[in-house]
Amino acid sequence: MKLLSCKETTRLVSQGLDRELAFAERVALRVHFAYCLGCRRASRQMKFLRQAVRELPART
Amino acid sequence: MPAPDDFRTQLEALRPYLLRYASLQLRDAAAAEDTVQEALLAALAGEASFAGRANLRTWLTGILKHKIVDAIRRQAREPVVSAYADEEPGEIDELFSERGHWNERPAAWGDPDGALEQAQFFRALERCLERLPSRTAQVFMLREHLGFETGEICKELSITPTHCWVLLYRARMTLRECLQQTWFGK
Repeated sequence: MKLLSCKETTRLVSQGLDRELAFAERVALRVHFAYCLGCRRASRQMKFLRQAVRELPART
Repeated sequence: MPAPDDFRTQLEALRPYLLRYASLQLRDAAAAEDTVQEALLAALAGEASFAGRANLRTWLTGILKHKIVDAIRRQAREPVVSAYADEEPGEIDELFSERGHWNERPAAWGDPDGALEQAQFFRALERCLERLPSRTAQVFMLREHLGFETGEICKELSITPTHCWVLLYRARMTLRECLQQTWFGK
């Protein structure tokens, strides 16, 4: 199995928010997350972004 | 039910908020003005359907959302494609090395849930959204704020799913970076 780069990983994480990922893609992500703290954070932050944007606009 | 004039005054008081909301998604001041005007007229005509509901702002935002989607559809059909011209790629590439590793590893975000309690945070988020190229911002807001499926967005805007994913990826990465710099990294 080909290992993902961080760039490929973030792209796949983003697509995972828009379409159902294939089994092989999900496995590849897990493998990458296992050793990459940066991508784990980026993934969490993209999901957080979704939640925040849903709650827009600012209550002022 | 409040007197008609009273209702009109309450609606008018919300106009600045509505304009900001529409601009964020339409990225065109004139289109935002028109859309808010349409929503306010629809609200005046539909006052009876508001009767008894608790929150005028929520009700009005619901009306405006529909008008915004209509406006985006109209824009997409216009032969002048200025707002739809493609924008510069490249910013994402700067985040990674040639081999695709982070140039700078993303930092942890302290207390993101706490940020969601602060009006200031949403202001920062709005400012980051305003910096996105307009088409990217529109697609992103249709997806993440209004909750459309990518399939629907592609169809309405006549773009391919692959292009749609690329725009959404760019939007997320750019916003993540922007919030890191303007909020979480401070």
